[in-house]
Amino acid sequence: MKRRSLLVGLGAAAVAGCSRIADSGPGARALAAAEDWHRKAQRLFAARTALAPEYDRAAISPSFRGNGSLTVDTDAYRASLASGFADWRLNVRGLVRHPLSLSMDNIRRLPQRTQVTRHDCVEGWSAIGEWTGPQLGLILSAAQLLPQAKYVVFRCADRLRGAPYYESIDLIDAFHPQTIVAHRLNGEPLPERNGAPLRLRVERQLGYKHAKYLTAIEAVASLDGIGGGAGGYWEDRGYQWYAGV
Amino acid sequence: MTRHALSTRLWHWLNLACVVVLFMSGLNISNAHPHLYWGDWGFDPRDAWLSVPRFPGWMTIPGHYSLAAARDWHILAAWPFALGLLFIWIAMLANGHFRRDIATGRREWRWAALRADIAAHLRLDFRHRRGGYNLLQRIAYGIVFGILLPLMIATGMGISPGWEPHLHWMIESMGGRQSVRSIHFVAAWALFGFVVVHVALVLLSRPLRQVRDMVTGGRR
Ligand code: HEM
Ligand code: HEM
Repeated sequence: MKRRSLLVGLGAAAVAGCSRIADSGPGARALAAAEDWHRKAQRLFAARTALAPEYDRAAISPSFRGNGSLTVDTDAYRASLASGFADWRLNVRGLVRHPLSLSMDNIRRLPQRTQVTRHDCVEGWSAIGEWTGPQLGLILSAAQLLPQAKYVVFRCADRLRGAPYYESIDLIDAFHPQTIVAHRLNGEPLPERNGAPLRLRVERQLGYKHAKYLTAIEAVASLDGIGGGAGGYWEDRGYQWYAGV
Repeated sequence: MTRHALSTRLWHWLNLACVVVLFMSGLNISNAHPHLYWGDWGFDPRDAWLSVPRFPGWMTIPGHYSLAAARDWHILAAWPFALGLLFIWIAMLANGHFRRDIATGRREWRWAALRADIAAHLRLDFRHRRGGYNLLQRIAYGIVFGILLPLMIATGMGISPGWEPHLHWMIESMGGRQSVRSIHFVAAWALFGFVVVHVALVLLSRPLRQVRDMVTGGRR
């Protein structure tokens, strides 16, 4: 019992010490900077376009877990779902020369990429699925980014705990060959819980980056002033913007 | 000559701080989804080969459940931990500490020598031979330096999706990402086991002098 209380005491001391460091200015800055060092190290050691592994169809998981929002709780979404998303629009706007408003039909007619990839959730679990959709780079090239554009922001129809979901990535990931706007999972139209009708696939990053229920893609020069300013719903709640670790 | 080189001492205490932060923040991360799988994928607790209990706040960093903050601590501490290990390997190869004090020769691996050393440990007789480490110590430290600590880094990077394209061969040879995650978790507890025995043995063998020597260097 004494040994256990010693361990508890040491554990508590470490916890208390760490929380004081986290609350201090330099401590908080170091904690925030570490993700950046990982991003730079990852990009230093390998091509920025290095591909995430793609699997055989046989490797696909029997089901694909839905997480976060499992639907969009509005009448408009339910009506759209019932109509097969005939009225759904994906707007491409912001720092682009040619803003676009794409229907599902437009998106299905673009050249498609199909990839069997593994999805890694920040919580720790993984699932494998086959995704189909046009490359994001293709859509951005069609809209023609202006030179000031540095990030791509994804607007979503869903709300989590009352706040709108959104995400953002940099242009290296936006033009990565495996970054696609998926509308099919395992050969079927995207299921509701997985983000119907459109979701982002940004392989090589954790699950929360893969925004679902996409309504707009926005090219921006800075993430300031968007949502809480940290670049995404979960990022505004303390999660790392670069989710490659 | 000092018993412990300056490089060894610096590394030892820096590494202790890193391992404490990594282990305790790792347990907070584990609380997010305390189920371990084998293979490339796994998300349904019914498929888990091991479901572990929730770790209480006094065992985790931070002391309440926060996956975001725990991950910040974990990936920050990963840097000094990994660079420190690289540093000590270079230092102990360069200054001969590895060859002199850690590496074991074929002659030492005789059963009689091992038995004599185990018997001495059981008698709580930890006299070091010629000021250096005895056989069991060499084996234990060799496993920690050569296997456990590098394995923590390799598997930690293996679970990170951004490293995957570069480490795919390693991940596949370990059985897939979820296997790598399982190994990361099990190796973390193996390391914890080492530290418990290690600290217990220090406490049993003139702890004040031992720790003082690990700080000031001591004499051979
Ligand atoms: C002594 C060193 C270390 C210890 C004791 C340790 C311990 C742990 C533990 C217990 C977990 C929870 C596993 C789970 O149930 O999901 C974890 C997760 C993790 N560790 Fe470490 N770790 C160490 C070093 C590292 C290093 C060097 C990295 C390098 C990047 C790393 C990256 C990660 C990542 C990314 C996760 C999250 C895994 C997940 O999503 O479940 N770790 N660690
Ligand atoms: C409170 C915790 C700790 C204490 C008091 C402690 C104390 C010591 C002492 C006194 C020595 C010298 C032993 C001798 O001369 O016979 C030593 C060596 C060593 N310790 Fe620890 N230690 C602690 C934690 C750790 C941890 C967490 C690790 C690694 C994960 C570790 C790894 C080592 C290694 C590898 C050596 C051999 C160093 C060398 O000569 O190269 N120790 N420790």
